[in-house]
Amino acid sequence: MQKGQTKRIFDKELLSITVDRLCYQLIENHNDFENTVLIGIQSRGVLVSRLIYKRLMEINPNAHIDYGELDISFYRDDFRRRELIVPSATKMDVVVEGKNVILIDDVLYTGRTIRAALDALLDFGRPLRVELLTLIDRKFSRELPIAADYIGQSIDTIASEKVLVQLQSEDGNDGVWITSSESKI
Amino acid sequence: MSQQLSVKHLLGIKDLKQEDIELIFQTADNFKEVLNRSIKKVPSLRDITVANIFFENSTRTKLSFELAEKRLSADVVNFSASGSSVSKGETLVDTVNNILAMKVDMVVMRHPKPGAAMFLAKHINASVINAGDGTHEHPTQALLDAFSIREKLGSVEGKKIVIVGDILHSRVALSNIFCLQKLGAEVMVCGPKTLIPKYIGDLGVKVENNLIKALNWCDVANMLRIQLERQDIKYFPSLREYSMLYGLNRTILDGLSKEIVVMHPGPINRGVEITSDVADSKQSIILDQVENGVAIRMAVLYLLAQNIGFKQ
Repeated sequence: MQKGQTKRIFDKELLSITVDRLCYQLIENHNDFENTVLIGIQSRGVLVSRLIYKRLMEINPNAHIDYGELDISFYRDDFRRRELIVPSATKMDVVVEGKNVILIDDVLYTGRTIRAALDALLDFGRPLRVELLTLIDRKFSRELPIAADYIGQSIDTIASEKVLVQLQSEDGNDGVWITSSESKI
Repeated sequence: MSQQLSVKHLLGIKDLKQEDIELIFQTADNFKEVLNRSIKKVPSLRDITVANIFFENSTRTKLSFELAEKRLSADVVNFSASGSSVSKGETLVDTVNNILAMKVDMVVMRHPKPGAAMFLAKHINASVINAGDGTHEHPTQALLDAFSIREKLGSVEGKKIVIVGDILHSRVALSNIFCLQKLGAEVMVCGPKTLIPKYIGDLGVKVENNLIKALNWCDVANMLRIQLERQDIKYFPSLREYSMLYGLNRTILDGLSKEIVVMHPGPINRGVEITSDVADSKQSIILDQVENGVAIRMAVLYLLAQNIGFKQ
């Protein structure tokens, strides 16, 4: 954990309630997911997407849900403008052509990751529709015209603050924290 | 995780750290996935121009670099010494600086003189990738060889690799020795005494003159081509005799105590260092090497481009 003030905004219990709600919202709009693909964005978004996928399968064990994981490093608009991000694995053994795609990320901040994800996604085919699910929406900090369709929680933050999502951690201490690094203020 | 290469140019494996090689491999894994998509292209290097400068013949390396560059969306210019102003007496630095004046960001160069890439890197203001400099190094070949071994056997560490043939004139051998050792493999060289450098043992490699003994020791055999174009004197009586003593055929392969992996950097002289039934067998990963070459070169270009400042 970083130096400075830290506030926990999600504990394990609240996280589980929120994931449940997001799952039921998805079911409301996508029924049995026959024509829908879930895609987690590497690297942190897949932690959320795996959780959502697991919970959806618990709710309806007979469902067949297409699931993929997408790395967007090669599509980033800040390559050579910041330090290198080592790519993670892309696993896209799914067809996106003509499907409803739900992109899943942990934190929606500037919107630039999602812009890159849309570009990366289109290289795999032309989806019928793309929706966005995010666990945390950092309001008022968007740099591109992008909005989420399913939101775990909206929070107000300033640029110097960081949002840390910890899921499936080894010590079981899952949750979401906001940290403010004093040095940057 | 964020990291970057410890070098600004790829001149030889000797300059790389183990972490650099692992970063290249990890990035290449991702590019290999990209190459299996229907759209085999990403936009990362779309504002980068790369010049491929070849002062020596090449099929695989040149095509592989060009494909790698195009699949990263870079602009590519190709230059071959034959038919250029080099024959009019222009120096290497002048030639390259003239190419750079046309706003080129990276240079991929093959040259018959050892050290040519290093010389160029010192004198020009662009990222240089060595695509083979005489008998010195051929770093991307060594990277793709080690990457192919890692893919086939799970890892390189602890594996036994024998490099067979013309070690004396081979840049592939030298780069492979550095690369495999950095990754924790044991390396042996095998060939006629005249084609093994006298002090190669100082690099920490085993030396064996008997092919069968070498093959029984190893997990992987990398069969090199006899580089007749670099041999100014006769190092062995005849190709036929070389082939009888150091050529790999089906009978030898079947007589070994275990199944080994066979590699070859190309171009193959079928029937000399390796027979067709071995080259085309299941144990051979020669075409996997070629396939992995594009992914490895994409990774190297991508990671080195990180050092090129963004220009407004």
